Amino acid sequence: MTVIATERLTMRFPRVTALDRLSLDIGPGVTGLVGSNGAGKSTLIKILLGLSPATEGRAAVLGLDVATEGAAIRERVGYMPEHDCLPPDVSATEFVVHMARMSGLPPTAARERTADTLRHVGLYEERYRPIGGYSTGMKQRVKLAQALVHDPKLVLLDEPTNGLDPVGRDDMLALIRRVHSDFGISVLVTSHLLGELERTCDHVVVIDGGALLRSSSTSDFTRTTTTLAVEVTDSDEHPDGTDALRGALTAAGVTFLGRDGLDGEGLPGAGHILLLEATGEDTYDLVRDSVAGLGLGLVRMEQRRHHIAEVFRNGAAPQAAVPAAAGAGQQKGSGRDER
Amino acid sequence: MSADTGTATGSEASRIHNIGYRSYDGVRLGRSYARRSLYSQSLRGAFGLGRSAKSKVLPMLLCGVMCLVALIIVAVAMAAPTMTKLPVRYTSFAIYLQAVIGLFVASQAPQSVSRDLRFKSVPLYFSRPIERVDYVLAKFGAMASALLVLTGLPLVILYVGALLAKFDFADQTKWFGQGMVSVALLSVLFAGLGLVVAALTPRRGFGVAAVIAVLTITYGAVSTVQGIAWTTGSAGAVSWLGLFSPITLIDGVQTAFLGASSAFPGGEGPGAAAGVVYLLVVLALVAGSYAVLMRRYRRVGL
Repeated sequence: MTVIATERLTMRFPRVTALDRLSLDIGPGVTGLVGSNGAGKSTLIKILLGLSPATEGRAAVLGLDVATEGAAIRERVGYMPEHDCLPPDVSATEFVVHMARMSGLPPTAARERTADTLRHVGLYEERYRPIGGYSTGMKQRVKLAQALVHDPKLVLLDEPTNGLDPVGRDDMLALIRRVHSDFGISVLVTSHLLGELERTCDHVVVIDGGALLRSSSTSDFTRTTTTLAVEVTDSDEHPDGTDALRGALTAAGVTFLGRDGLDGEGLPGAGHILLLEATGEDTYDLVRDSVAGLGLGLVRMEQRRHHIAEVFRNGAAPQAAVPAAAGAGQQKGSGRDER
Repeated sequence: MSADTGTATGSEASRIHNIGYRSYDGVRLGRSYARRSLYSQSLRGAFGLGRSAKSKVLPMLLCGVMCLVALIIVAVAMAAPTMTKLPVRYTSFAIYLQAVIGLFVASQAPQSVSRDLRFKSVPLYFSRPIERVDYVLAKFGAMASALLVLTGLPLVILYVGALLAKFDFADQTKWFGQGMVSVALLSVLFAGLGLVVAALTPRRGFGVAAVIAVLTITYGAVSTVQGIAWTTGSAGAVSWLGLFSPITLIDGVQTAFLGASSAFPGGEGPGAAAGVVYLLVVLALVAGSYAVLMRRYRRVGL
């Protein structure tokens, strides 16, 4: 079953080509649409909602043609815009009920669905207060709720993690994951950060300049690019715990990609973070056992997020560039970005 | 967060019922229902219903003033035993209280449209089954209906009062009908102008000021120039000058067709021929407002 299908979809504006013969075939599940700003993500969403006709090519959502069956699509699809879209002077409940009715739900059903949906996105007592007093994270939840309230078959989420702090970001990503796993709703989520979609999505589509750069399931991405960052404490027995662990792991056959902090001299932990290639669950277990065996303290063990830029680099030389990019591509601050 | 969605576990006796996510299999009522919902929400919103207590104050106050004036007129008519009809014509009522109507439009038209524009809620509407035309029609219809309630309710009070005072039934009914037609026309015209001005200014404060300016400055200018024309003896110009402000337009139409006495200087409104021009201008303004609104929302759709 195909949720979204586009065929040589092209969108030209007088001065710029926003989409250039884009052919996609997206199945059920959580799909990430990644591209830098201006890559054509929002244009694609607009076309998929049947709101602006494409210059050339065809697109279908849930088997419905966007050019002729826009209204039917919009009845079955939810949309969460990137920008603020909430009036501050009404409560979340009132607003979402109104939006549910705009989607065609009868009054009673609209109230029930609103209460359910707000609970599912994690808004409880505060839903009776005016939206103006909400935090950014709560507003994002209301925006998500209005996209889900009519129980769509598919939701289009435009940059849902924008403006959120790392914790809020992780909460939102977990929520998006649940939208599919618990609610059974397919998701198309856009972001300009590949790393944050990696763990949430089943499938990632990367577009640049309106053209398809890469489309693959997330396991493909992670198989080749998962980098594990490990930091350990020193102990009396092993004055340089990092080196001791390195020795132990090398003996176990783990590939090292380098040490972090070469460009971050002076930062806490600089030079003490080992980057190694994770080949699967075994690697995590191995690190854990090795650290425990050496009697060291495990400060952190985390997946490094990859920036969209790496995909562009990889695109040029897919095979050779991967380890190099991962090894050299520890962007400043990526460690802090993680939590 | 996952705690409340976990599947039921445990033995039959200690089963925890957790409904988790429920999908919706009920009816979806589609476009026309959504349009009606938006209409009723906007109409209620114009009187502050479903909004904060603070936003109820002004519209309710204005509506109260309109009704109070009508009640006073009725009371006067009933108290004076010699009267055979109401002291104020049905058609004159809205002209006398035009400032109240103007304030209502100025405060509620921006509330109706600027809010969605300013807080960028418009894309949420257009990502749903309704189309641009539904949105514009619902907002236009709601504003016109709100104005009709505001201007029609006092007329109903007058009419009921007149019947209770045992004035001539046929006359009263005819005049009341004429008055209702007049305020209906006024409501549609004012709603159109108010919404256009408000939709062009996303900032609500500017919208309020701009609507007041359009309604009062044009009226002030027209009545001043009319006054000058009247005193300088060019009575013919007086009736044509009325074309340039909303309230004098309505005055002209009802003088020509609805048996009203004009509030123009000298009391000489346009005749039937000029009245046709007045009516055409009113209709053109209403159609123009609709067209401008449609254009406006083409640019902001998502």
